[in-house]
Amino acid sequence: MTTRIDTRFAACAAEGRAALVTFIMGGDPDPETSLAIVKALPKAGADLIEIGMPFTDPMADGPAIQAAGVRALAAGMSLKKTLSTVTEFRKSDDATPIILMGYYNPIYIYGVDQFLVDAKAAGVDGLIVVDLPPEEDSELCKPALAAGLNFIRLATPTTDDKRLPKVLQNTSGFVYYVSVTGITGSAIPDYSKVNSAVARIKNHTTLPVAVGFGVKSAETAEQIAQGADGVVVGTALVEAVRTSLDADNKATAKTVEAVTALVEDIAAGVRRARKQAA
Amino acid sequence: MNAQNPNSFRNGPDETGHFGMFGGRFVAETLMPLILQLDEAYKAAKVDPEFQAEMASYLAHYVGRPSPLYFAERLTEHLGGAKIYLKRDELNHTGAHKVNNVLGQILLARRMGKKRIIAETGAGQHGVATATLCARFGLQCVVYMGAVDVERQKPNVFRMKMLGTEIVPVQSGTKTLKDAMNEALRDWVTNVADTFYCIGTVAGPHPYPAMVRDFQSVIGRETREQMMEREGRLPDSLVACIGGGSNAIGLFHPFLDDKDVEIYGVEAAGHGVSSGLHAASLTGGRPGVLHGNRTYLLMNEDGQITDAHSISAGLDYPGIGPEHSWLHDVGRVKYISATDQEALAAFQLLSKLEGIIPALEPAHAVAKVLELAPKLPKNHLMVVNLCGRGDKDIFTVAEHLGGL
Repeated sequence: MTTRIDTRFAACAAEGRAALVTFIMGGDPDPETSLAIVKALPKAGADLIEIGMPFTDPMADGPAIQAAGVRALAAGMSLKKTLSTVTEFRKSDDATPIILMGYYNPIYIYGVDQFLVDAKAAGVDGLIVVDLPPEEDSELCKPALAAGLNFIRLATPTTDDKRLPKVLQNTSGFVYYVSVTGITGSAIPDYSKVNSAVARIKNHTTLPVAVGFGVKSAETAEQIAQGADGVVVGTALVEAVRTSLDADNKATAKTVEAVTALVEDIAAGVRRARKQAA
Repeated sequence: MNAQNPNSFRNGPDETGHFGMFGGRFVAETLMPLILQLDEAYKAAKVDPEFQAEMASYLAHYVGRPSPLYFAERLTEHLGGAKIYLKRDELNHTGAHKVNNVLGQILLARRMGKKRIIAETGAGQHGVATATLCARFGLQCVVYMGAVDVERQKPNVFRMKMLGTEIVPVQSGTKTLKDAMNEALRDWVTNVADTFYCIGTVAGPHPYPAMVRDFQSVIGRETREQMMEREGRLPDSLVACIGGGSNAIGLFHPFLDDKDVEIYGVEAAGHGVSSGLHAASLTGGRPGVLHGNRTYLLMNEDGQITDAHSISAGLDYPGIGPEHSWLHDVGRVKYISATDQEALAAFQLLSKLEGIIPALEPAHAVAKVLELAPKLPKNHLMVVNLCGRGDKDIFTVAEHLGGL
């Protein structure tokens, strides 16, 4: 089974470049504006889109993404509305992969089986659920794979060679390498370490490896895109949303453009980093 | 599977950290290798006589165990029913049961070569215990505490500072215990190499719920022995308050297979469970996943965690340890709740009748004793876990009672 994620990574590889994976928080700063942002991302240069499912207790996220979740929940965002965002997006774009990223509890409460049916129907391609390690694969990972969704796993600097096969076992779509031990929006990674980690993971899998956490600018993206198959940018986009808001955290006329302008810039950085030895 | 009565209630968790459907290891991948390491280290320490001897020695000479089992004569007379004993864990060094667990974890951290200890705290008792043992063993200590709790538990904040601990007031979310735990987890995920996360209750990813229970079970083991010595038989009932539930499981666990011992866990009902302003996860919540484990949680219909409310900072948590969730579902322990007002009344009554000022947390347990004991015969032996002393709460209580 080939998914939109497989197709898109293959297309980027054929162009000899890394894919740009963009994260925005669903419902931030409000459901309508966040839909407008998602719709504008592909044209700005996003190859894949991750939509955050807001949660009250995002244990792996830094202050920027925490605050985005708070804004989204305050604006009435829910898992149901996140799925609606995807449904709306799919009306005009049937090619760009959509990945939902978040924490398990809202999905568990929605009901795993119903969620998978609704996510598939909405046009979701993959899931990243931060607090579901391989040890809990029977919860959502295996049912998601059976339902035809990719389950994308995070590998981290603490995932050593002994553990890596376990992490990769039921992973599909791509592997998300977390470039630092830490929360989202952490310090800029050490590029040489990241590159060797990507090479290490590639020894264990044929899946594309995307790198995230700490990618803040076109320059960082360009560096990472030299070795990785994908570059994930999240906190920087969420910050672009925040700085465009008015004093009451409401969207302004500049909000969508603030995000797309940054994505265009980073996309250019990714495209500059054509792989040397590909 | 979880709804069936097992042959023993004391065998959990299974190898993957589950008590029936509860528990588990719901953490980010960065933490998984650390949790597996901890599991290995604890398994080895648990069967190492040297580790056990070290624990026993510090419990006796530093913590001051065994804590007395005290017959509360005037409270018993006042209520005119069951014979009430107080398990005096508030007499431990640092003033609460928390130190039993912290001692175990700090000795384990030393075995693992960890130099930096982090902890979350609500009422500050776990933070003080952690700060104390870090001072004793020369370890760096960082305590995460909700900004709201920093404000309402000032005496403990000052104690921790005196002990050389760095206190980080947590401004995110509801600024209470759950947010302190989120922030501690964020620290741990960042400082994986040198840091040991000393969790204060029987929650979190496996092996924490089982490990913390094992360290706290000294309360119940002593109670068994002391009651046999005093009365020549086991108690008829046990009562303890529950936030995460570490003092309660510590008292309950050694008695779980004694079918004739009735066991009551008392959750914090805040302004009353029907008001929505409470911290009673079992009474007013449902199973979900947070902080590394599946357990009963307070949440809305979208799975978003809702605020707990309790006059007691130590019970102000929207979850509960997974073993309690399981004991609730299989019906071995009866979980009831006490309101802020009931706890305040019990706080005053125990102070006046016995000369013992309880912490607001066990005041919730005492509050239910006031209800249960008068209906019981005089030969009914009831043990209440007095898990902390009330010095830290005098300002909160004064505020509610309109000044000292």
